[in-house]
This record gives sequence, structure tokens and C-alpha cells, in this order.
Amino acid sequence: MAEPVRTADPLHRSLGLTDEEHGRIVATLGREPARAELAMYAAMWSEHCSYKSSKVHLSELPAEGRHVLVGPGEDAGAVDLGDGMACVFKLESHSHPSAIEPYQGAATGVGGIVRDVLSMGARPVALLDALRFGPLDDERNRWLLGGVVAGIGGYGNCIGVPTVGGEVRFAPPHGPNPTVNAMCVGLAPADRLVRARADGPGNVLLLIGSPTGRDGIGGVSVLASRRLERGSAAQRPSVQIADPFAEKLLIEACLELVDAALLVGLQDLGGAGLTCAVSESAARAGTGAVMDLDSVPLREPGMEPFEILTSESQERMLAVVRPADVGTVREVCARWGLDSAPIGRVTDDGRLRARLGGRVEADVPARSLAEEGPVYRRPMAPPADLDDLQADDPTAAVPPLDPAEAFIRVLSSPNVASKRWVWEQYDSIVQGNTVAGPGGDAAVIRLEGSARALALSTDGNGRYGRLDPYLGGAHAVAEAARNVACVGARPLAITNCLNFGDPERPEVMWAFHETVRGMADACRALGTPVTGGNVSFYNEAGDSAIWPTPVVGMLGLLDDHRLRIGSSFRPGGAIYVLGETFAELGGSEYAEVVLGAVSGRPPGLDLDRAVRLVTLLVAASRHGLVTTAHDCSDGGLAVALAEAALGGDCGFAVTLPADLPPHVMLFSESASRALVGVEPARAESLEGLAGEHEVPFARIGETGGPRMTFGGTFELDVSEARAAYESAIPDLLERSAG
Amino acid sequence: MTSPRVGVVTFPGSLDDRDALRAVRLMGARAVPLWHRDTDLDGVDAVILPGGFSYGDYLRAGAIARFAPVMRAVWDHADRGAPVLGICNGFQILCEAGLLPGALVRNRRVSFVCRWVNVRVESSATLFTSELSPGTVLDVPVKHGEGQYVGDRDTLRALGEEGRVVFRYCSARGELGEAWNPNGSADHIAGVCSERGNVVGLMPHPEHAVDPDVGPAGGRALFESLLASLLARV
Amino acid sequence: MSRYRFEVVVMLKPGLADPQGKTVEDALPTMGWAGVGGVRVGRHVELTVDAATEDEARARVEEIADRLLSNPVIEEHRILRPEEVG
Repeated sequence: MAEPVRTADPLHRSLGLTDEEHGRIVATLGREPARAELAMYAAMWSEHCSYKSSKVHLSELPAEGRHVLVGPGEDAGAVDLGDGMACVFKLESHSHPSAIEPYQGAATGVGGIVRDVLSMGARPVALLDALRFGPLDDERNRWLLGGVVAGIGGYGNCIGVPTVGGEVRFAPPHGPNPTVNAMCVGLAPADRLVRARADGPGNVLLLIGSPTGRDGIGGVSVLASRRLERGSAAQRPSVQIADPFAEKLLIEACLELVDAALLVGLQDLGGAGLTCAVSESAARAGTGAVMDLDSVPLREPGMEPFEILTSESQERMLAVVRPADVGTVREVCARWGLDSAPIGRVTDDGRLRARLGGRVEADVPARSLAEEGPVYRRPMAPPADLDDLQADDPTAAVPPLDPAEAFIRVLSSPNVASKRWVWEQYDSIVQGNTVAGPGGDAAVIRLEGSARALALSTDGNGRYGRLDPYLGGAHAVAEAARNVACVGARPLAITNCLNFGDPERPEVMWAFHETVRGMADACRALGTPVTGGNVSFYNEAGDSAIWPTPVVGMLGLLDDHRLRIGSSFRPGGAIYVLGETFAELGGSEYAEVVLGAVSGRPPGLDLDRAVRLVTLLVAASRHGLVTTAHDCSDGGLAVALAEAALGGDCGFAVTLPADLPPHVMLFSESASRALVGVEPARAESLEGLAGEHEVPFARIGETGGPRMTFGGTFELDVSEARAAYESAIPDLLERSAG
Repeated sequence: MTSPRVGVVTFPGSLDDRDALRAVRLMGARAVPLWHRDTDLDGVDAVILPGGFSYGDYLRAGAIARFAPVMRAVWDHADRGAPVLGICNGFQILCEAGLLPGALVRNRRVSFVCRWVNVRVESSATLFTSELSPGTVLDVPVKHGEGQYVGDRDTLRALGEEGRVVFRYCSARGELGEAWNPNGSADHIAGVCSERGNVVGLMPHPEHAVDPDVGPAGGRALFESLLASLLARV
Repeated sequence: MSRYRFEVVVMLKPGLADPQGKTVEDALPTMGWAGVGGVRVGRHVELTVDAATEDEARARVEEIADRLLSNPVIEEHRILRPEEVG
């Protein structure tokens, strides 16, 4: 056995373990851990891998559902699409690495989430990215945005998986703490899903892909589970370099192996590297494993056992293979130009052992790493300033701008304005199934060989989370559901990424719990279970913490993509607003960019209304009733009208109800509303259907012509609005060149 | 008679190979997957080098793929006057291999660009445009980071004089101008052909523009021309 | 047999647009560096060759640089004096 680490040695602290956690390890092993063992526990018991602060709350999320095939706890969740097809999907954060090196951080984030989906045996068919940055008038924020977008594109474009959607938002707390959440969606035959399980003692552990280097050592424990401090550039060695070409080969080789039924289990190597992959696979199967570290292909000589065991080198997969199949599996890998190496085997004793040069470097219970880590119920308390903040309701403020000026201000706000600059850098059409790519309410991906299609959307509003985290969580789910319903799809299930500050602060933990509670209520109401996800804590640097930022990735199903509803106006239609508008400017885009206030209460959310609207939109699609549907959210009805007009290059004339002041009517962000366009001959049917679903509606005008006319308030040319909407982000970015 | 057989080569890192095979099938030909280590083309009538990032586009786009064993067979196939189409990365490979003149370098605005563009047919004297009249405007997507076509002055002059520019980026009405050139290509060139017109390379993706379910179908005419050319040859 | 370590520098030919170089150059003034121009971005390749003589090794590197490392249509290369490494 290797030398134990002395108790007085503060090594465990520098690895991110507390004294209590260290004591637990000693109790588990009945002795002091060896250095490699300590590193393995530090990685696996890190916040990132163990969910030790979030676990007790996450259990409140509904994970059950008729169509759920795989729930939380595996590499990615899976739902049954019918006709023998399964959809595998997951959302994950890569914010901390991206804050240090945006290109590589974002690129490896995409690589990691793709491997999560691949490890279930699914072909990755779509990517979405939810990004948050600080304001673009700051040079560093522009650098971060440019680097992250180039990294996402550089990786996704090179592996042939279309990036079809996502969102980009801006808020000051994200300056030091950019948020990078990547979602991957994959498809597989439902009866062929692969599990990350090391079943069958005697089976071989085969490491496939890139060699193991010193990159990413301590990535999960140091980078992702602590605050970023000043001088974080010194943490650069923790950042990995992406090799998308190797990933593309991994995808093809692994899918070929899965097709040929040559794999017992498959898991990607991500955070905590080999330690995580082997201990989790063994723990799930109730087995153990012995690893021969001499057999691990290394990129550089002289690597220490703890480095080999916790390296986060990218583009590696761990396969569990029957001994008789090892030769065939390695041949397939070689044909794809990939290295593979048998590095150990499955045992039946529940231990995880690692040997190097004949010496046992680690010998610990597999379950103690993967499943028996510490669980904390951390103190919670609402922020002291929350009551005051909520009481400061912007709805009552006197408008400083007339509605026409406010309209342009809101339309050209980077949160609202066109993100074309971002999504034109992503290949959104490769694989040939993109029915609707970026820029609409939800992306639509055809299921090859079928009329059915997936509808995909990500959503999350940090302002709402700041002002009422319960509503922030609930709105994220409700809006994502509304987004997929706007294209005509039934919401099926969600994945989530919960981005928060330091969980050791009671306000952060309180907000986390509230968010989960809101999300759980909304998911139950909408019938969309949470099949998995990710928690990203410690998004705070110095005294700047991000707002509670839940991001929801919604999966919807469209029975026939030809019934998809577009979000653009067509001329000659009647315009309806479905749902009711209330005086709700709290937490709105208008309040932030016109009044300079992030205050008040977010819009209320009546979940029954949310469900009725979703059901109505899906029914309208099935009957082919409406030509246009667009969610009313950021910037309210005014922005929804503008986007529908810009998308179709088609003006409109509307008269807004006079029961609210014009600026409130235009910019209120009341929930459970959608803007729809309908051929006049079908208007009566739509009204009937809305009545049946008990959704209030108002016919507000007609589409057509080159002007956008807000009757009695103001009007402008579509081209004028387009200039404001399209040029806002490029103009801000080009400041750096000027 | 049996329908023509069209091969699509998969290099390590090819991405649009499945899409090209699907387009070939959709257009009524038989699709034949080929592998970069193949030493013959399995007797196909035409061969497509698809889009993607062969070998990760490391070093230069197409620089390593041009040395793949299959390229010798592609060279012989081209030498016999048989049709070869290089799409995006395939175009880059054909230029690196010397089967087409010029080179493709980083887009003028550096970043990758994915968007639907218009191209104008400049020549119907190729096996892939025989059914199209010059001046026809097609709706096709581009998606590349290294798509700026460059060549020395003599090369560009010769291409123009010999009618070997096959496609130019243009407006929806067929006008030429910087506003419609997505990557800064010289003379707005989107595609060129060999002296005999049997080898064509272009940056836009016709194989992504054949199925009206997922967008405009401006690429169909290239496949229709190819099939017509092949049927006329037998 | 000796072992030689070569460095090969590959640059775009003069006169060809170099968008990466221009991007770097454009960024300099905004970062406070004035009076800097002529930025060109190229590629630097290192390789080790076993050969009987330096001339033989260099000839091989010349061929590799011509055929694979650079594209003569757009690029030129120069080979830096090798270091004998064993």
C-alpha cells in the first residue's frame, strides 16, 4: 500500500475537502487515505460530482412519468417517443472553465454533454446553448461572448451535430461569472439504450479515445466547486483543450459498437475522469473493479497515480466489454483511427482498486465514492433586501419615454434584439432534419423517416429569479412549455441546469430551494417530469454573485411537422392575443432598460391558465387553425408583435385594449399569453376552440402592409424596426474594432 | 435501365456524407457509401466528396484528406472525364489535390457562417449544371469557416475567360455585390469546374436543399443535371 | 544516424488577405498599443527527423513542408536551422 497521508497534512483542504469529510474517509477506510485515494474522494465528493448541497432539494422534483425511460442519476435522461424511438437529452453547465478560457471552456462543455448522450447509445441530433454574459459595453464581456460562441461553433460544427437553438441574455452579475449551459439531444431505438453499468465480473474495462494527460486535474474540485477568485488565470492548467475531430470519431465508433451489441456498458469520462466513470459504473451494477494504471495510454511520462485517476482529459469513453469481444471492439476503434486500451476488469467484491508498477495505489469501496458522499442540508434564509426590492413596483413609475421611444429602446436591448450574430456562427442544418432552426420560439427537428418531430427550447429569466426565485423556477418551465406549444408540440419532459452562487450562503440556498419548489409545481401542472440535469454552484466572484438562474431545456413532440406553426406573420390575417394582460411590469425588460430598475414582483403565474393555453395551442396546430403563434414574454406584446412582423417581413395594424395605460399594455410580461395569426375565415373556429379551452382571447387587428401600427399610440416602418432589432448586437460588438 | 450509382466518400471527420447519400437517394439514383481507405470506387458512375471537417480541418481544410488512398481512384475517375462533385470540404479537398484551381481560405470576417444564400448559375457546360440556364438563381445554404475562394490573378482571369466559374454568390434577383458575398470570395466565386467540366467544386450545400420539408430546394437541379448527364452517357 | 529537430514556419503569401492577422491588428489600438502594424498569423510546426546527415534530414523536411505542411497556392514556408538532438 502507498504511504498514507498524515493527519496534520493540510492536503485534503487544498483539494477542497473539509476536516469532517476527511474524517469520514478515514472512518470508511479504517485508516488514513493514500494520496491517490484522497484525490479520488476530493473529486467525487466535490459539489460538482456529489450534489452534496442540492441533493436534499432535488428530490422534490417530479421525475416520474408514463413515458420516462431513464430518470435522473444516469448520464442523461431518456423518454419514450413511441414507435420504438427514445429521446435522450441533458443540459449541463460549463461556466467556470468558460470564465477562464472562453473558447476551450465552451468547446469542452459541448464535448462533454455530447458524450453524456452518446454514452446512452444515442446518436446526438441537436445542440442548444443557454448563455449569460455581462453587458456588452465592457470589453471583457465582448471577449467572453466572442470566445464562447466561437468555441461552441468550433466544436459543434466540427462534429456534425446541428446547433439549433438556445438563448443569450445579459445581466451585470454575469460579467465576472458568465453562464454557459449546453444541451444535447440524441435519438436511439428505445430497446437499445445503453447503461453506464459495469456488469459482469470478469468483463474488461476498455478505455477508448484520446490519451490521458495532466489537463483538467482537479477541474471539478477546484474549478467547478469553488468561487473564482482574482488571478484566476493561474487556474489555467485546469482547463482542457478540445479535440472535436476525436469526438466525431468517438461518436461514429461508439454507435457502431452499440449497433453491433458489442458493449455491456458505456460511460463518458468527464468530471473526475476515470475515478468517476469506473466508480459510478461499478456502484450502479453493485460490482467492483480493478484498474491497471500502467495500461492507461498517457500523453506525457511520469504521471502520478492520482493524476491518471482524476485527469479530465477530453474525448475519452469507458466501455465495459465481454472478454471474447475485446478484439472485435478494438478493431472497430482502430478502423475509426481511435486508440483503445484494456485498463482493468470488473470484479465482484465492490472494491475499486488501482495498481501502478505492481503497487496498490488505491483500494476503496466503489459505492463510497459514487453514492455515499456527504449530504448537506445547508442553512437557508431569504435575502435581507428582498422585501424592499419587491415593494418597489415599476408598474407605478411615470414613463420617462413616450411609447415609440420605449419600443425602440426595448427592441434594441441585447436581451431582446436579434441574436443572428451568434447563431449564424453555428451549423444549424447538418444531418438534414432541421425543420426550424434558431430564431423562433422552439427549434423543430424531424425524426428521420417519420412525419413526427421534436420541438426544443431552453428558457430561464434571471431577473425573475432575483425577485422571486419560486416564480423564477416556475416561469422557466411554463415559458419553455409555451415555446414548444407555440410551434404546435406537446411538452413531454424537461432537463434543467440550476445556476447559483455560493451554497454556503443562506440566501443562495434559500433561493435554490425556492427555485426547485417553483419548478416542481410547474412541472407537475404541465405533466413534464424532470429526467435529469445539473447544478452549478459557486457562480460568484468577489462580491458579485449571479442571480438565481434556472435554465430549463424542454422537449416537446409534434405528431406531424407539416402542422408546425411558424412565428412569423403572413399578410391578410387576423391577429389575436390569447390569455389576459395584467398590469405587470415587475422584473420586466421595460423596467430594466427604460426605468433602469430590476425590482417589483415578477408576473404572477396561474398554472391552470398555463396548462389551458398550452393545450389550446397544441389543439390549434392539430386542426391547422392558425398560421402564426408567438410567445409573449420579454418585452411583452410589443416585442411579440414586432418579432412576428420582422420574421415575415409583414406589417400589422392593431388597436390595443384601453383598460391599461399604453406602456403597460405594450410591455407587461403577464404569463400564459400567446400572439396568434389566423386566416379570417378561420377566426370563428379559433374563437370556438379558445372558448372550449377556457382561454380568454381578444382580436386586436390585422396583418399586412409595410408599417407596424399600434393604433392611437404610434407607428413605424417594419424596416425601421428591423434596423434597430438586427443591428443592436453587431453595433455593440464592433465597438471593439472601432 | 438501372438507375445510376453515385458514390459518396466518407473521410474521418466527414459530416454531410449521410446527407449527400440521402439526397442522392431522394433524387432517384443509387447511393453507394465509399470509405477513405478504399482503393477503388466500386464502379460508381459519379462520386461526391461531401462536406465536413475531414481530419478536423487540422493543418488546412482538406490538406490531409487529399492523401487518402481513395483519392488516387478519384483522380483516375476524373481523368476519364467522369463526374466528381466536391461540396464544401469536398471542394477544399479537390483544390488541395490540384483537381481544381485556387484555394479556400479563412472567411474574410474570420468567423464561421451558416446561412441561406443565393447563387447564380454562370455556366451550363458542366455535368452538374447541364439542365440549368446561366443566370438562374438558386437558394442554397452555406456553412463554413474557410470558404473564401482565392487564386492568383492569372488563375482568376483564366477561369473567367474559359467559362469555368460555375456559381457566383448574388442577391435574390441575381445581382452581384459584397452584401451578398458571405465570405469575401474573389469575384464572388461560389463554385468552379475543371477544364472538361466534369469536376465541379462549390462551397454551398446542394445536398441540403433537395427536401422541401426542411427548406428551399435550390439544390435539386444539380442532381437532376447529374442524372441527365449520366443517362445521356450510356 | 543522428536526430535533428526542425522548425518550419508557414505563412500566407504576401499580398493575400490574412483575416486572423487583421483581427489581431485591429484589436491592438483598443487595448492601448499604438503604432503596431503588419500583423500576420501563420503556423509553426516542429518535427524530429532521423537521418545520416543534416542535409539528408533537411531534404526530407523540405519535401514534407512542400507537400503537406503548406499549400503552395496560398502559402510559403521557411525551415529554421535544425538542432541536433541525439
